[in-house]
Amino acid sequence: MANLWSMLTATRNKGRWDWTDWVSYSYLFLGVFLMFFPVIWLVLSSFKTEADLQRYPPTFLPYQQETVMVEGFDEPLPLFRMTAGDYEGQTLAQLRRVGLQAQMIDPANPAERLRVSIDDREPVQGVALALENYTGLFERFNFLRFFWNSTFITVTATLIMLLVNAMAAFALSKYEFRGRTTVLLLVIGTLMIPQTVVLVPLFLIVSELGMLNSLWGVIIPGAATPTGVFLLRQYMITIPDEILDAARMDKASEWKIFWRIILPLSAPAIAVLAILAIMWRWNDFLWPLIVLTQSENFTLQLALNSFQGELQTDWSSLLAMTVLTLLPIAAVFMFLQKYIATGIASTGGK
Amino acid sequence: MLVILNPLMRIIEIPMMALQRLLGVNRLAWVFLLPNLLLFGLFAFLPVILNFSYSLTGGDNVLLEARPYVGGRNFETLTSCSSFLDPNTCIEDKFWRAVWNTLWFVTLQVGIMVGFALLTAIILNRDIRARGFFRSVFFFPVLLSPVVVALIWKWILQREGVLNAFLDWIGIGGFNWLIDAEWAFAWTVFLSVWAHMGFYTLILLAGLQAIPRDVYEAALMDRASPWRTFRRITLPLLSPTMLVVLVLALIKGVQTFDEVYAFTGGGPGTATTFIIQYIYEEGFAGAPRLFGLAAAASLLVAIVLVMLTLIQLWINRRNVDG
Repeated sequence: MANLWSMLTATRNKGRWDWTDWVSYSYLFLGVFLMFFPVIWLVLSSFKTEADLQRYPPTFLPYQQETVMVEGFDEPLPLFRMTAGDYEGQTLAQLRRVGLQAQMIDPANPAERLRVSIDDREPVQGVALALENYTGLFERFNFLRFFWNSTFITVTATLIMLLVNAMAAFALSKYEFRGRTTVLLLVIGTLMIPQTVVLVPLFLIVSELGMLNSLWGVIIPGAATPTGVFLLRQYMITIPDEILDAARMDKASEWKIFWRIILPLSAPAIAVLAILAIMWRWNDFLWPLIVLTQSENFTLQLALNSFQGELQTDWSSLLAMTVLTLLPIAAVFMFLQKYIATGIASTGGK
Repeated sequence: MLVILNPLMRIIEIPMMALQRLLGVNRLAWVFLLPNLLLFGLFAFLPVILNFSYSLTGGDNVLLEARPYVGGRNFETLTSCSSFLDPNTCIEDKFWRAVWNTLWFVTLQVGIMVGFALLTAIILNRDIRARGFFRSVFFFPVLLSPVVVALIWKWILQREGVLNAFLDWIGIGGFNWLIDAEWAFAWTVFLSVWAHMGFYTLILLAGLQAIPRDVYEAALMDRASPWRTFRRITLPLLSPTMLVVLVLALIKGVQTFDEVYAFTGGGPGTATTFIIQYIYEEGFAGAPRLFGLAAAASLLVAIVLVMLTLIQLWINRRNVDG
């Protein structure tokens, strides 16, 4: 606690708070709330049962009605606390409900059946995680299929992109050849052509190549990016030419120089690009939406989007699926956030 | 991973060595460039050319040879209005609604987002404890997928959601946020500010940190007030970064689709239908598929984006030179 206080009070004026400090920290903590609460709320909600999700006003933590195993019954029975009537204050288990009446038993004394009015009782509830929201995804939906599709696209597209972009960046940074400036201009030119403005012809080309409704149709068209070429080229230029010359003296082939020397030395830039590529591909939406029309080819993003239409009321599955979709990215972020920040700042996003 | 890649690279080495012997070292550069250029040609430059043919032809066939030439009719359809300010007077009223929605959206979203990003960056640039933590807090929504962002907020904003519960509790009462056209529009702006602000904050923070400390120390010596320091030092020295951020935000704002499509589906009605969604729906979602109209609209968007990108490149160059 003392630590926390000293963290909060330390300012540039050595402990003296002026109003700007108050404003700054208030703003920041408001920001923390606004940025974190929605995600925390999503995660907590995803552990609620369908009945609990429909409760209004909602509770913060997921609750479930407590149950009890009573001798002589196979199923666990829901527990109620009596608030009025003959049994006020007692906790009883419900056998069945008949209209406005319910048949209850005292778990301690299961032989005796008690009839009570349903107005005289309230359910006993405890904090419990509805893990069935998650397990249900694997049983009821093709969740693993979507997960696999997303993973396959992300991994394959990232690898292809790294290789293709690194090769181009190598050529553009380490060779003197006629037409190099033209190629660089062409690469800059592609910056001006985002997928969003060439959707129709891109659709034709992909379908002519027979890649419609195939994961390759999502992977290949975006496999070369101008951002990647520039990012890697910028880094490769800093690798001294002497290393290459030494390797050439030793009769290393150009490909070997690329693969054994340039790529390992560019690892930091490649790591940044890899993280960006993973993020773009995992979160990609519009182009997969156009290419993949059969649900067995859906990525997680497409599946989520189509389920929210179909399952308007089935929030429990939808929320669990949303959490599982953001989990891999959250994991990447936790471990690599330093690279992500520098990577994005240096490339200006996409 | 290397276990798979290493043998693969060795296999590629064989033809590459043959090519090297055939072409010589310098011309081998083209071989290294080839895959990338092929992909750019096939999936970036060729589509740009084909897009013109689509925009000049009609029908719902995707194969170009089966499409009748209609000249500028697609553009005429898109642009025939008695008054451009009122989409109801246009033949293709949905296009103009999308255009106006996009213009409003971009103006509001970019303005609000860059404003808050600047404020956040300035606060983060002070001597703040746990700056790294706060920085990542503002940044992490950038990584979330658009669909996830949309669902998170849909869940909060639904009729019996947590926001309405809170408003009930303080006595204001709830709203049907996404059913009311104006609220839905306001929330799409909010949602996209929430999701993307961290990215621009990061760039602006880097810009602020590049301002040399001694300028501020000199201002302190001269007893300049904090407000004056901000107006006369911070803002002018930050303006190149601000310009980059504005143009980038505009480029991305015009292309807004994913999160809004998953969030409101463009509704209620067409209240949150933006231009990319219009293109998607004309070309791919409805029947008949009006590729011609979609391509013509794409071309108009492309013109705007090319101009913005040229401005961006020009600024970048100027920043580097200056």
